[in-house]
Amino acid sequence: MQEFEPKIVAFVCNWCTYAGADLAGTSRIKYATNVRIVRFPCTGRIDYMLILKAFQNGADGVIVSGCHPNDCHYTSGNFHARRRWIVFNELLELLGFDKRRLFFSWVSAAEGAKWANLVNEVVTEVRKLGPFNEYEELSKINVNSIGEICNV
Amino acid sequence: MARIGVFVCHCGENISSTVDCAKVAEIASNYPGVVYSIDYKYMCSDPGQNLIKEAIQKHKLTGVVVAACSPRMHEPTFRKATAEAGINPYLCEMANLREHCSWVHFREDSTTEKAAELVRVLVEKVKHNEELYPIKVPITKTALVIGGGIGGIQAALDIANSGHKVIMVEKNPSIGGKMAQLSETFPTLDCSQCILTPRMVEVAQHPNITLYTYAEVESVDGFIGNFKVTIRQKAKSVDHKACTGCGLCIEKCPIKKIPDEFNAGLGNRAAIYVPFPQAVPNKPVIDRNNCTYFLKGKCGLCNKVCPADAIHYEQEDEFIKVDVGAIVAATGFDIKHSDFLPEYGYGKYPDVIDGLQFERLASASGPTLGVLKRPSDGKEPESVVFIACAGSRDPAKGIPYCSKICCMYTAKHAMLFKHKNHHGNATVFYMDIRAGGKMYDEFVRRAIEEDDVNYIRGRVSRIYEKNGKLIVCGVDTLLNSRSVEIEADLVVLATAAVANSDSEELAQKLHISYDQYHFFSEAHPKLRPVETNTAGIMLAGACQAPKDIPDTVSQASGTAAKVVALFSQDELTREPLIAYVNNNTCVGCFLCQSVCPYLAIEKEEIRRRDGTLVKTVAKINPGLCQGCGTCVALCRSKSIDIHGYTNRQIYAEVSALFNRREYAGV
Repeated sequence: MQEFEPKIVAFVCNWCTYAGADLAGTSRIKYATNVRIVRFPCTGRIDYMLILKAFQNGADGVIVSGCHPNDCHYTSGNFHARRRWIVFNELLELLGFDKRRLFFSWVSAAEGAKWANLVNEVVTEVRKLGPFNEYEELSKINVNSIGEICNV
Repeated sequence: MARIGVFVCHCGENISSTVDCAKVAEIASNYPGVVYSIDYKYMCSDPGQNLIKEAIQKHKLTGVVVAACSPRMHEPTFRKATAEAGINPYLCEMANLREHCSWVHFREDSTTEKAAELVRVLVEKVKHNEELYPIKVPITKTALVIGGGIGGIQAALDIANSGHKVIMVEKNPSIGGKMAQLSETFPTLDCSQCILTPRMVEVAQHPNITLYTYAEVESVDGFIGNFKVTIRQKAKSVDHKACTGCGLCIEKCPIKKIPDEFNAGLGNRAAIYVPFPQAVPNKPVIDRNNCTYFLKGKCGLCNKVCPADAIHYEQEDEFIKVDVGAIVAATGFDIKHSDFLPEYGYGKYPDVIDGLQFERLASASGPTLGVLKRPSDGKEPESVVFIACAGSRDPAKGIPYCSKICCMYTAKHAMLFKHKNHHGNATVFYMDIRAGGKMYDEFVRRAIEEDDVNYIRGRVSRIYEKNGKLIVCGVDTLLNSRSVEIEADLVVLATAAVANSDSEELAQKLHISYDQYHFFSEAHPKLRPVETNTAGIMLAGACQAPKDIPDTVSQASGTAAKVVALFSQDELTREPLIAYVNNNTCVGCFLCQSVCPYLAIEKEEIRRRDGTLVKTVAKINPGLCQGCGTCVALCRSKSIDIHGYTNRQIYAEVSALFNRREYAGV
């Protein structure tokens, strides 16, 4: 049987992690092909609803990565991202979402190798977890069937 | 209906060796909205760019996706080409096939597949791209220089000599700063005041410079090119227009025992005073905290003797509003003062002094007129111990950094002492000698070899007094860590250079960032060392980090060049990738205001024609917004969006990531 290839989305900031991923390229560091990078000006711009949107669209794992604390190009965007991340994670926990599919990291513009390692680690982890089907399972339940389930 | 063109670059073999570029172009041609798709060996070359330009015109493209290298590399190139073909440059996006795909993966089917998906994501994004136009901001061609030390003076003169107006604000009664207090300067041993005072005079007389001494910056509003600054002119109690500077008032003032700040507390001054003889402006101010008239309501002697009738006790602080286009912070530094090093008896023994006090003792214009006399009994010392790194590079003291100037000035001090007392003993305790700089190491060698200064590598543990002598207990680490005790008449501590006590307050007024030691932060430690993260505010000198005079002057000239470059244009052109507000949905909660690092969010009142208020909404100041988008993610009513990364664009991207069902072609 062919090995499961997870689909990973990375939401990264333009100044640190995007540049770090560029550096991985210029250094010719090889890593798994599973990741798709979406560029943002800053991690502070990332609306975490996008993470749910990514899962809805078939992602099996999501990475959010930006500048290290105190290194933000915009001085404090990454702190806001981190703060919202904590709150968002609590929400996901409440929903019973498998948080092992979410990864938060700081990768600077100088850390090409760290980026490559991060992607490889995430791919390995998510591969162990298997495909993410919960969203599709959930979407099968329509409003009428909720009534049936609840015996109303 | 969108008409998108996709241009896949081989980048020689950089992309094509692992990605099948022709196949990517073929797959892309099947994406909805793509009307033209082609691959080419070098898309950034002239023929490659022409290919794009011709396709834009021939196929009436409404969006361009160049699948090539990183947008951080060639986005400006392709946006320019797009503009040259007659469509808005912001309708061009780049898919990063090289750095994020071909260079980091092996040649496999999945690599080509990924490349095609990256193109698809950008095709979906570019469908939602809007025409954007650079933002034009007018520029007020006047600079504000805060601080009148050598850094501020150099920056002000350079800007003023380029034909622009400069406003200089100095908190002390005279400009000159720390450099005016120095006796001689390393590595040339030329007299500090001899090279500084002509420049101070030049500042005062320059037609383009307006000087406010005894004044402070009260508040700063606005943004690059358009700052609105309020200056607090502290009450001098002397009308400087009427005052002739005759000095009669100073002579007659009965309060004469106030420790003199300029002489680092080693001399005295009167309550009405000019800080030093060469002060600019050379006219007195009244120190209200020490003046009998202000403390007890009587005396008034200065008023009685003043021939020009210039004493005005009733004068009040005045607030002056100015418009400036750029601000230079050149507020300098301070050194750690007494009670910082109790083990050295600093502050307890009068003959344990700091470097600045030694400068005043050695200065020909100092309290001893250049004769080295120790503070306790006025005796000329025979043995002087200098201690470098007194507080610097000492994490236990909270100052792990190197103060940079002390190695050099300690060598200078030892030399100055030896030049005045050839038979005296000069001893320097040091950790390392950091003498990087032109002629710097030679200078230290001269102190050791020609002037016979005894350098001991080791720290001093304590200093105590015995029979009128100071006993310095230290260790010589180069002699098997043998402990040494030296009898000294005078001990000079090279105390750590620190940020000014009010630097944090000023940084908050200017909205610039500062480090954990309260030194101001530059925008980039290597590539943007004179700018701050706040556009239009620059740095000069030791307010950024401890610096010597040549470094300060170089940075000040660099800063001046930045200011002049800014002023060389009539309007400022900025990237339009900034946030904007939807007035219809904004509920005016102003949560965005609290997260904006640039204070770019203002309040805007929406009124009916009759003037009644409908609601107050957020408004982005395009001059201040840097486009981080933190407000966008935070906005609860989704009323803020950011050009270039709009919600529609990003959601389109995310939806196109893996949505294979809609794309039978893949």
